[in-house]
Amino acid sequence: MGKFLSSSIGQKVIMSLTGLFLITFLIVHLIGNLQLILSQDEGYSFNSYAYFMTNNPVIKLTSYGLYAFILLHAIQGTYLYIQNKKARGSQGYAVTRYRTAGESKNSIYMGSLGLVILAFIIVHMVQFWAQMHFTDNVGAFTAEGYEGAKDLYALVSKTYENIWIVLFYVASMVFIAFHLWHGFRSAFQTLGLNHKKYTPFIKALGWSYAVLVPFGFAVIPVVMYLRHQGIL
Amino acid sequence: MPFQSNVPPGELSDKWKQYRSSMPLVAPNNKRRLEVIIVGTGLAGGAAAATFGELGYNVKVFTFHDSPRRAHSIAAQGGINAAKNYQNDGDSVYRLFYDTIKGGDYRSREANVHRLAEVSVNIIDQAVAQGVPFARDYGGLLANRSFGGVQVSRTFYARGQTGQQLLLGAYQSLSRQISLGNVQLFNRHEMVDLVMEDGKARGIIARNLLTGETERHAAHAVVLGTGGYGNVFYLSTNAMNSNGSAAWRAVKQGAYMANPCFTQIHPTCIPVSGEYQSKLTLMSESLRNDGRVWVPRKQDDAAAIREGKRTGLDIAEGDRDYYLERRYPAFGNLVPRDVASRAAKTACDEGLGVSPTGLAVYLDFDAAIERYGKSRAHSLNEYSADDMRIRELGVAVIAEKYGNLFEMYEKITGEDPYVMPMKIYPAVHYTMGGLWVDYNLQTNIPGLFAIGEANFSDHGANRLGASALMQGLADGYFVLPYTIGTFLSQEIRNPMVDPEGPAFKDAEAKAQARIEKIMSINGTKSAETFHRELGKIMWEYCGMARNAEGLQKGRRMIRELRDEFWSSVYVPGRIKEYNPELEKALRVADFLELGELMMLDALDRNESCGGHFREEYQSEEGEALRRDDEYAYVSAWEWDDNDPILHKEELIFENVELKTRSYK
Amino acid sequence: MENMKLKLKVWRQGGKYTKPQFVTYDLDGVSDHMSFLEMLDVLNEKLINLKEDPIAFEHDCREGICGTCSLVINGYPHGPMQQTTACQLHMRHFRDGETITIEPWRSRAFPIVKDLVVNRDAFDRIIQAGGYISVDTGQAQDGNAIAIEKDQASHAFDAATCIGCGACVAACPNASAMLFTAAKVSHLAQIPQGKVEADSRVQRMIAQHDAEGFGKCSNITACEAECPKAISVEHIARLNRQYIASSLGSEKVVS
Repeated sequence: MGKFLSSSIGQKVIMSLTGLFLITFLIVHLIGNLQLILSQDEGYSFNSYAYFMTNNPVIKLTSYGLYAFILLHAIQGTYLYIQNKKARGSQGYAVTRYRTAGESKNSIYMGSLGLVILAFIIVHMVQFWAQMHFTDNVGAFTAEGYEGAKDLYALVSKTYENIWIVLFYVASMVFIAFHLWHGFRSAFQTLGLNHKKYTPFIKALGWSYAVLVPFGFAVIPVVMYLRHQGIL
Repeated sequence: MPFQSNVPPGELSDKWKQYRSSMPLVAPNNKRRLEVIIVGTGLAGGAAAATFGELGYNVKVFTFHDSPRRAHSIAAQGGINAAKNYQNDGDSVYRLFYDTIKGGDYRSREANVHRLAEVSVNIIDQAVAQGVPFARDYGGLLANRSFGGVQVSRTFYARGQTGQQLLLGAYQSLSRQISLGNVQLFNRHEMVDLVMEDGKARGIIARNLLTGETERHAAHAVVLGTGGYGNVFYLSTNAMNSNGSAAWRAVKQGAYMANPCFTQIHPTCIPVSGEYQSKLTLMSESLRNDGRVWVPRKQDDAAAIREGKRTGLDIAEGDRDYYLERRYPAFGNLVPRDVASRAAKTACDEGLGVSPTGLAVYLDFDAAIERYGKSRAHSLNEYSADDMRIRELGVAVIAEKYGNLFEMYEKITGEDPYVMPMKIYPAVHYTMGGLWVDYNLQTNIPGLFAIGEANFSDHGANRLGASALMQGLADGYFVLPYTIGTFLSQEIRNPMVDPEGPAFKDAEAKAQARIEKIMSINGTKSAETFHRELGKIMWEYCGMARNAEGLQKGRRMIRELRDEFWSSVYVPGRIKEYNPELEKALRVADFLELGELMMLDALDRNESCGGHFREEYQSEEGEALRRDDEYAYVSAWEWDDNDPILHKEELIFENVELKTRSYK
Repeated sequence: MENMKLKLKVWRQGGKYTKPQFVTYDLDGVSDHMSFLEMLDVLNEKLINLKEDPIAFEHDCREGICGTCSLVINGYPHGPMQQTTACQLHMRHFRDGETITIEPWRSRAFPIVKDLVVNRDAFDRIIQAGGYISVDTGQAQDGNAIAIEKDQASHAFDAATCIGCGACVAACPNASAMLFTAAKVSHLAQIPQGKVEADSRVQRMIAQHDAEGFGKCSNITACEAECPKAISVEHIARLNRQYIASSLGSEKVVS
């Protein structure tokens, strides 16, 4: 097993599996977050969802797995990036013009995209997760059956009053979209799941996913900002 | 020196079987103590090295390439013959034997050719077991096609890359033996001399091409699988680095060169486009299965095409001369190579050539496209398909069969061969001549063996298509591994010659002196310039048509060129470094002697046979006139700087009747 | 066009160029019918006449099958034409007056010998690790004893067309040799004869690939785009599948 995991394919399988987990997570995360804008109930739905997510023991355990996978994906990715730079050798090409066969060119920049996304995740966690867990800046959510819950909706709503933060989130989603554009389909290829009949479907699914999911996330701060401005 | 064919007694069809069962063997524990050097890693050398490794010999294999996989066998396109009779079309070992003897214009040794036909079937089995992806029919069984000079379908193929796939099979088997430690690979090493002691071949001096250092390698036997010498013509279908030097070094040590003038000119190559041309590209003979060769009937039309005023498409059907179909109705476009080449030359000599140089004929697929298109439309139930649709379907079939060749043609010429008929012209392709060997594939130097194109034995004066791969692999896999035992079984008690001893030190000193001499000339002309000039002399006087006067003139010119080479060649760089120009110069120096021997051999042979066409000896219709009463022999030349000496091995035909070859 | 003028920026390393560098040459009188390598021949002939050190570049068959030529031309391995080796590239695809940059394959596993010549022994060692079927001469059964479905044979063939040139490594931003390795694994894994030792083959070949210092595949597909034989990355997927299955699913331990 150690031999497998340290082989070039094994290392890529780690990237693939952690990536697929994060892809699945994004869907769950998006469905929950859409409560921010879909049910206009002053945050009731969203806060109850947040309460569930922070208190259910299974979800809690999963969330630690999630943090670990994000770290693993980032560390393994960094290691691969360094290894691959080394494989090229000290002297690079004077002229590089990459052509690919069916993959977009952002596949070349997965490492850099990943780095930007990691920075985004840190900012994102500091803005919401750390505020909620480690500070008293978040007020209480006072609804029946939710004793001890925090009003996360208010925090989000307040954060998205700032146009710069909104733009930052939207821009970050573009990076994520590029990352997913290659990552989704690439995860299947790494696992050897390339099939004449099914691969076109996986490709189409991956591309739709890479566009729709980040779009869904980007819509949230925009809508909340516009509502706050009274435009919507 | 011994000079006997050593053909075993008995009935032709039993010779090999009986001989194999009675020849001396080397016990497995003794094989471990015997070292064999193999030079060359093509089909013959690679197959032999792998097989010797499997048998348990200690093998050292040498190639000047960076990898054994790059040997020029890789470029063979069309296929490999085998008397499998899978098509149930009347093929047999005897028929393959007969076709090969006849195709070679009765200038090869019966017993060797029959053995080749016998083992041909094992080659296919072996290659399939190695994973060679031969073409298959819908039922999953092996497919065949036809080649020139035969009336059965016995050619196995792997698209247009049969040589590549067979070579990779041998290369993979060789790689396995390397990984098992049975074979030691010396890549980027070129043999620069053969080491002799007590009249036996005992090793080689090799130059490490990366460092320029010479090395001494001793062995109990040396095998040369170093290919042919077609590059003596400068322009040929051979790879740029193919050369005759290893064989020639052996000749300089006393090995006989057999039938050096027998050169195969392949009829279907892409014509020369300019002075800068470095090599010629073959279009596989398999194209003649479907392509029709023609020139315009009228000289005016040909002239208009040459001037670019008209194209082949503008010439009406009735104004075209499908000259092969007209002259040789029985075989049509599938006449043997020598016949097709000469016919192309005749057409162009009559002013009917169709390229700006006047040296090209058409190879036209229009009829095949229409025929296949109709058949495909029929099988698709498209009974009312119009001409456009039929063409489209036909083009698709042609693309399936020959797609890679058509692409290659378009890349090189910039013309689309699906629309415009291909232009082709003959070019030097293969050398039937080579080191003289006996039935055991041993040269007249004990302990020195030659296999594949490097020897002379199986193709006579003309090789049939798809037979080169067959012979290379037969020698490497199924003949030499047995016959080398006849020599090595006598060597068990003899220790290997000490590579530190005087024989090796002398040979190394001589090789170094030769290299230093060539570097010290410091003249003004590159080796390439001399090579190009040599090529022109060879093509002009020793090419598709030869005559006594021209051959004498050619010989004089080569001698003059050789003198000039040794006084004014310039080789840049240093000896002890990676220096491709030095490699080239050493090879050209050898070609400058070999070329003279070819002229001499062609001059001696006062007849026309196979690829050797002497203008003085032709029938009224311009066909080759063979003279069996005087020239049914193998010429085996002993080199001498002034006057090489001719030895003759009489060819005895007990099983076939010598007839005038007819493909009409 | 018979008289093109070109500016050639060529990587020189070794010989008198103790410090590796680009050297620029002006060349005129280039015909558009010339092959790229013939154009370099003309330049070398001029350099030799000036008693200068000719440019070392590897080549042999000049018909796109031996896999010896290895030039990165204007940033593209084997030049701008796809499915074409450098030796089959013709000057009609370049403009008069163009500047052409010529570099060697760049990979830690392919050290430079001189100028544009690299050492590709690593490829041989990958094949030696397991890129074969273990059958001795003479052991074979009849060639038609096993039927192989036509398409299956054809797919195996698609992988087997690899010419071992190394353009995949040169093209890969990660300098990975996965397409080369996959081509052999996939060729042999798709035919019955090759299935017998498929597990150990893929294990050994990947171990050797990694040991040679090639990079890790991240499915960019630049290899397929530059492969002169257009070998598909589908074969890499098959390799991955085989490797994962033989590592995790098979009880066999390959040393």
